[in-house]
Amino acid sequence: MAHSESEILEGLAEIVNEETGLPTDAVTADKSFTDDLDIDSLTMMTVVSVAEEKFGVTIPDEDVKNLTTVGDAVSFIAQAQA
Amino acid sequence: MTTTLRLNEPIPGSRIIAVGGSRGENLVPNDDIVGPINSSDEWITQRTGIKTRARADEGTTILDLAARAAEDALARSGVSAADLDAVIVATVTHFEQTPALATLLTERLGATPAAAFDISAACAGYCYGIAQADALVRAGTAEHVLVVGVERMSDFIDPTDRTISFLLGDGAGAAVVGRSDTPKIGPTVWGSDGSLAGAIYQTRPWLDYRREELGEPAPERAELAEEVSQMVSPTLRQQGPTVFKWVITNIPKLARRTIEAAGLTPQDIDVFVPHQANMRITDQLLKTMGLRDDVVVGRDIADTGNTSAASIPLATERLLREGAAKSGDVALQIGFGAGMAFAGQVVILP
Repeated sequence: MAHSESEILEGLAEIVNEETGLPTDAVTADKSFTDDLDIDSLTMMTVVSVAEEKFGVTIPDEDVKNLTTVGDAVSFIAQAQA
Repeated sequence: MTTTLRLNEPIPGSRIIAVGGSRGENLVPNDDIVGPINSSDEWITQRTGIKTRARADEGTTILDLAARAAEDALARSGVSAADLDAVIVATVTHFEQTPALATLLTERLGATPAAAFDISAACAGYCYGIAQADALVRAGTAEHVLVVGVERMSDFIDPTDRTISFLLGDGAGAAVVGRSDTPKIGPTVWGSDGSLAGAIYQTRPWLDYRREELGEPAPERAELAEEVSQMVSPTLRQQGPTVFKWVITNIPKLARRTIEAAGLTPQDIDVFVPHQANMRITDQLLKTMGLRDDVVVGRDIADTGNTSAASIPLATERLLREGAAKSGDVALQIGFGAGMAFAGQVVILP
């Protein structure tokens, strides 16, 4: 079953919280993974790996570098599960 | 008429009788290598958990490293070199096509005419070697097998490379494998994924140099690297995030299959010795593998660096030598690396 964008955002916030300890309400669509959330490339790969499993999608490595903001990731996952 | 051939009497099990190790003589701190890669001690420590890496003296050859580790393991095992039936060397840094480093090691140790061959399975090489040794012993093909994982990564690095070189160290780890009344090396679970050959790779194939010399054009091939090395000689590169993701996605599943294959559960594992690739990888694996909270974990990478095929036996040797692990402990060892070759076994520590 496809997840709505708000469900994906909520799910990503939980993953980021789990991996970094950041509070879930800090993870909003406009935040940059690198600049705002201080997530480095390896932690980003962990988030992506867990998100793939959670949402049943594939996020190719070459697309990960285009996911600048949390909103970019939400849109990508929403489209990937369609 | 069909002829039936006789086989050797099968042996009920094999075991690692002893392990030994040898590290490059110099522990090189991060501050000594950060200049050419415009990095910092803090960045390397945070990204990799590495504080120093063992680098060999200029005069120490890969054969010297292998021989020191082998002699250490043999001395602890009580098996004499003359009693070795086979010598297996896992390496990617023996820079001669032939003869195999294992033959030179066999001769150096005084183990001639033992069977001797090298295997190329990168950072999974030691576990591939243990798989071979276990099978050779149980099939009755060999009674005593020496397995050595050895790398002189110093010969393969590019000081200006920001992808992998700063991780790498020199060293050798060895195991003497022999017969056992009960299995003390569990089934090997292994495989590879060559579709990711571009994730960890040599910048230039050797054949390019020959073609250049003969005036033949280099063949067209896909561009592997975003960052091309300025070095003339071949060196290593990796796509770190790609490797990281592959490992944290695939290795926990491999670990579960390996533990199941040995008839155990994750809670039965006393010691976890993953390939010493990066402390962040080890920590991430631990989060998802369901091992006990008090599991002893090989973390030799902090001082020794990533020594590829040597890293698992070196980490094991250290845990035993320092008393963090003890004889009889149930250890899960898992190697993974270039070509995404991977292999795991549960072993009873010697």
